Amino acid sequence: MSSSELFWMPVWLSLKTSLLSSILAFILGTAAARWMSRRMFPGKAMVETFLILPLVLPPTVIGFILLVVLGRNSWVGRLAEWLFAQPIIFSWGAAVIAAVVVSFPLVYQSMRAGFDSVDRELEDSARSQGAGEWQVLRWITLPLVSRSAMAAYILAFARGLGEFGATWMVAGNIPGKTQTLPTAIYVAVSNGDHRLAWTWTAVIILFSWLLLAAAGSGRRERTGR
Amino acid sequence: MRTAIASRLYRSMTRYGLPCLLAMMLIILSACAEGQSAAPATSGGESGGAEPPTELIVSAAASLKETLEEAGRRFEASHPGVRLRFNFGGSGALVQQLEQGAPADLFISAAREPMERLVHKGVVAEQDIRVLLRNSLVLIERKGSAHIRQLGDITGEQVRIVAVGQPETVPAGSYAREALEHVGLWEAVETKAVYAKDVTAVLTYVESGNADAGFVYETDALQSDQVETVLRLDPELHSPIEYPAAVPLIASHPKEAAELLAFLSTDEVKDIFEQAGFVVMEGM
Repeated sequence: MSSSELFWMPVWLSLKTSLLSSILAFILGTAAARWMSRRMFPGKAMVETFLILPLVLPPTVIGFILLVVLGRNSWVGRLAEWLFAQPIIFSWGAAVIAAVVVSFPLVYQSMRAGFDSVDRELEDSARSQGAGEWQVLRWITLPLVSRSAMAAYILAFARGLGEFGATWMVAGNIPGKTQTLPTAIYVAVSNGDHRLAWTWTAVIILFSWLLLAAAGSGRRERTGR
Repeated sequence: MRTAIASRLYRSMTRYGLPCLLAMMLIILSACAEGQSAAPATSGGESGGAEPPTELIVSAAASLKETLEEAGRRFEASHPGVRLRFNFGGSGALVQQLEQGAPADLFISAAREPMERLVHKGVVAEQDIRVLLRNSLVLIERKGSAHIRQLGDITGEQVRIVAVGQPETVPAGSYAREALEHVGLWEAVETKAVYAKDVTAVLTYVESGNADAGFVYETDALQSDQVETVLRLDPELHSPIEYPAAVPLIASHPKEAAELLAFLSTDEVKDIFEQAGFVVMEGM
């Protein structure tokens, strides 16, 4: 690999990983939150605890669990190996999965708060006027939780961009294949290559800043200020 | 909105996170208490009522935890007036503590380089350093896979992934690279290498069958019953894997600490280290 490739590979991989993982986490987290906010069932608190567990577990623990669950000796790992003709572990897909798992609870939490704050009478009045469930969701509920949704998506993207521990454990650290910015920076720092570490750090700061700025301007437009 | 998210997060953290945290702390505390109550029990009986025991603080590499604790119990049994307190951690972190003036009567490092940093900072005198133990680098595979007979086999087709510690940050990885470069296999291995965050991760990758082979220390390989040691690398192929020890200049009980250091290479405790896979260095 040339030196410019060496520099851009982790940047590109990090962006690709966090973009895909944030979209997946957003869809899964929103669906789970919607489902949980409207239902009461025995053991609900237990299920909820399980859903947000990745938030409090150390990423290396999540990495270890994923390594065993997705590993080449588990049935999930074997099924995937049979389907894609290559193991999930130490692949780019594993990096995406790790990022989805750690950012899922953030989406879930934000969306749960959003759905809980929606006035049910608004939904019910739409239903009484003949709207189907899908229409209620599309035209009433989602617009009302749009700000939660934006916060949720940005949190998920940022968490995915910064993911380090679980990613290294299940995706390894293969330059050009699974090496993302945080691992690349870690290795560069330990290697004493401070110039490279700083340049990558600048890139990651720039992205985070752009993300927050986008979130800020979105908020202003919505509130009309 | 933001405060709503924050309060929700906080609420669930206090609701679930805190009990979990408390439970874990309790488990850790009870584990510590167990370790400590075992130690004084051996010396407490004889020295009861006499002057308070001298407390030696031993800062040592985390990989020595089990063996040093065991050896420490024997030392306490034969030296009733002395009690040991261990501080285990990564060698790099321990050096940071010592540089900042943390108390220690004996420091045992897992590599040469951290010890040299302490000499540079004036915490340890060069002539006080002695090599206590040696370790070996081994090639492991998962029990029962039997793909590898000799080092050259790792380039074969049956070995798809080889776990190596990240050479820049994990000493075991840099020793492995050094040895493989020496025999001209590194380029072939590099294409199927997965770099692990630490040597324990290498072990985990091989144990779980996610890597077909890996390079770890002999002591690590012996700790796992799920991996098999295929071969021990010729020590000539890489720099020596040494555990240097020294009584720092800041030690508050240098005499007792020197006794402990001498004791650690006597026949009385040799079996503990050898059983774990270390080579004990003879004499001072």
